[in-house]
Amino acid sequence: MSEQPSETRRDAFWRDLLGGSAMVSVLAVVVALLAGAVLIAIADEGTRTAAGYFFARPGDTFVAIGRAVGGAYGAMFRGAIIDPQATSAARAIRPITETLVFSVPLILAGLGMTLSFRAGMFNIGGQGQLILGAMFAAWAGFSLDLPVGLHLLVCVGAAIIGGGLWGFLPGILKARTGANEVIVTIMLNNVAGLLIAFALTTQAFRVPGSPYPKSPPVADDALFPKLLGPGFRLDASFLLAIVMTVAVWWLVERSTFGFELRTVGTNPAAARTAGISVAKVTVLTLTLSGVLLGLAGSSQVNGTQPVLTEGVAASYGFDAITVALLGRSRPWGTFVAGLLFGAFKAGGFLMQSASGTPIDIVLVVQSVIVLLIAAPPLVRWIFRLPTPGAGRRRPRRARRTLEEAGA
Amino acid sequence: MSAPSSTVTAPAALRPVSWKTPGAGAVATALLIVLAVTVPGESTIFQVSRPTDLFAIPDVTVPALLGLLVLTVAAAAATVVSVRYALARRRSPMWIGVVMGVAFVLGFLVWAGAGRTTVMPLTTMLAGGLALSVPLIFGAMSGVVCEHVGVVNIAIEGQLLAGAFLGAMIASVTGVPSLGLIAAPIAGLLVGVLLALFAVEYHVDQIIIGVVLNVLVIGLTNFFYSTVMTQNAEVLNARQRLPDLPIPLLGQIPIIGPVLFRQTLLVYLMFVIVVVLQIWLFRSRWGLRLRSVGEHPRAADTVGIDVGRTRWLNTLLGSALAGLGGAYFTIGSGLAFGKEMSAGNGYIALAAMILGGWNPKGAVAAALLFGFSRNIANTLSTIGSPVPSEFLLMIPYAVTILAVAGFVGRVRPPAAENQPYVK
Repeated sequence: MSEQPSETRRDAFWRDLLGGSAMVSVLAVVVALLAGAVLIAIADEGTRTAAGYFFARPGDTFVAIGRAVGGAYGAMFRGAIIDPQATSAARAIRPITETLVFSVPLILAGLGMTLSFRAGMFNIGGQGQLILGAMFAAWAGFSLDLPVGLHLLVCVGAAIIGGGLWGFLPGILKARTGANEVIVTIMLNNVAGLLIAFALTTQAFRVPGSPYPKSPPVADDALFPKLLGPGFRLDASFLLAIVMTVAVWWLVERSTFGFELRTVGTNPAAARTAGISVAKVTVLTLTLSGVLLGLAGSSQVNGTQPVLTEGVAASYGFDAITVALLGRSRPWGTFVAGLLFGAFKAGGFLMQSASGTPIDIVLVVQSVIVLLIAAPPLVRWIFRLPTPGAGRRRPRRARRTLEEAGA
Repeated sequence: MSAPSSTVTAPAALRPVSWKTPGAGAVATALLIVLAVTVPGESTIFQVSRPTDLFAIPDVTVPALLGLLVLTVAAAAATVVSVRYALARRRSPMWIGVVMGVAFVLGFLVWAGAGRTTVMPLTTMLAGGLALSVPLIFGAMSGVVCEHVGVVNIAIEGQLLAGAFLGAMIASVTGVPSLGLIAAPIAGLLVGVLLALFAVEYHVDQIIIGVVLNVLVIGLTNFFYSTVMTQNAEVLNARQRLPDLPIPLLGQIPIIGPVLFRQTLLVYLMFVIVVVLQIWLFRSRWGLRLRSVGEHPRAADTVGIDVGRTRWLNTLLGSALAGLGGAYFTIGSGLAFGKEMSAGNGYIALAAMILGGWNPKGAVAAALLFGFSRNIANTLSTIGSPVPSEFLLMIPYAVTILAVAGFVGRVRPPAAENQPYVK
């Protein structure tokens, strides 16, 4: 967790993360789905029964495995992309819109992580920033009385302030005192969790007279408009996600600030020498990162789940880290990764109800994907792929490749 | 909370005047004065002894205002002494911070219980606080070992959870809770294998690996919990509890006895591990090698220490410690395994380790601070508290933020932390 002496490591890590081939990403997804299949087979009672007499009739085991895995992944596909068994055309395409719905917070939150990763910082505080954004937006949504349109804008603005505040704190502490942003953001996650728990016990955030820790519903005029009519949950927050992807791309890749941000991320010492204010970049990056997480919170309370509860953040704050890593810290990569994880989530719910496979398998698949993507040499080793640029920087890896070639 | 001075700086002509300890003391004194002014009742009743003690001490009734004034004077005196140390450009000794902290906590308890008919169960509070600290202390010890060898262990959370899971399952299957104590560290070790594989072999950023491993363990344990375990809960997830092993005589001393000497094997193991680590880390060949690899791997390599091997073995050792601590959640407290039951304790353990200045002694103190403040918050929320329990629960996190921001004491991580060693 030290800052200065780790330049070469950060360099190498980001190069591996950003410079790895798309091949590795695809193979990582394949391996992760295979790992998930193994777990599904182990957990399936039919498979375990058949495996009990494996040597008598080995075919039965494979049929049972096929049925369990095929059933689970088939349901996941039907829940995430398109449902051929549906009764109407609208029902058949509903799953893909659900994927988009689930991907919105993942994309927005993932973009926030992308921003901090590109500046060489780890914002683990997505959970807290999302909670603060959701709290601010929800409060503006159910307690203010404003005209249509303006009300939604005020809610989104409130989310920006809430999330931004929770990103600004670790930013200013890091810039002023050198406090490690990983620790500060983890602590702020806990503080935010307690803060929302407390807020929901107060009069300001609770339905009058209700014993439940749940806010009044956000007013209808403060919700993102539905894009495809009332039959679908997809709303304009998806457009916001696209706009923010373009905005983050422009900010990081085209703007002056983006250049400073990337320079600080690659080599803070060089950035300082070149006259870039590292402190300014640190504070602004973490604040903007928090703003994007706040928007993710707004996409929940002003969209799919228009009340504030303690579970508003679900696990989006942590999912966002895996989304950004899978997206290789590129805005459009994050967008695609958000769509993929959104599909896993949408499909996971149908899989759970249709085939009884718990949705938690999605967490396993996601984390295996990210582990493999973070370590391209491992994927190359599994598939015996050649190592690009071996020996230039890392003699050990080159030696390993030679051993592989000899084996 | 003054961090032990592990940093040896060049002999400066004049050490800068540090106002941290006097500042903390002034804050404590000011808060105590506020408490004394706003005290809601006349007296507070503390329950000190339990029926099983060797001799009974009657409940102590403390006159609230007088008690608070005495404590305020104590905190003020400690502040004055620390000001003298600061002006002499010397570091305040540890006991000054302890006096300030104890005075404030006692004062708060007096204030919170003033004018109530319910007693403040002092011994129960201490015992409960220690119990809540057990996983934190194990987790913090894991962090100390891993970070001193140069591997950041964010995966403590996952290792605790894995230990809780496997410990519960093995104890349930065999019906012998103690066997869970063997299974739990193995589960932590398996997570550690992944951590070391990616961090040491593949040079992946250790923070990323830790975060992802936590998600992986949550996914795996949730998955097996909702499938295999619930299909056959009475065999695989039956409640088992480690037996209490009271130490004769010592266990019957009032206050200390029930807190320290009427515990399970897991807690006794914890005492031993903390003492052994504190000595070995700074007084043994193993500790010297471990720290040299974490501070300057190239230098360590030059004198013939196998950096990769040292990092592998000690990451595994640290991970096993965290796994053992995870056993507290299930067999340590007599509960069946439940989804995500480590509930962020791994992250708090990480904070305790940092607050303790990467030192076993300090980490234990910080973990106890976290455990006790959480237990005080829980107790007050059940007997009714004038302050929302959420704000009491926030205190450890706020203190940690202040600590890493350098307000509480200078803490320095091992130099080669999160740096892969490439020959």
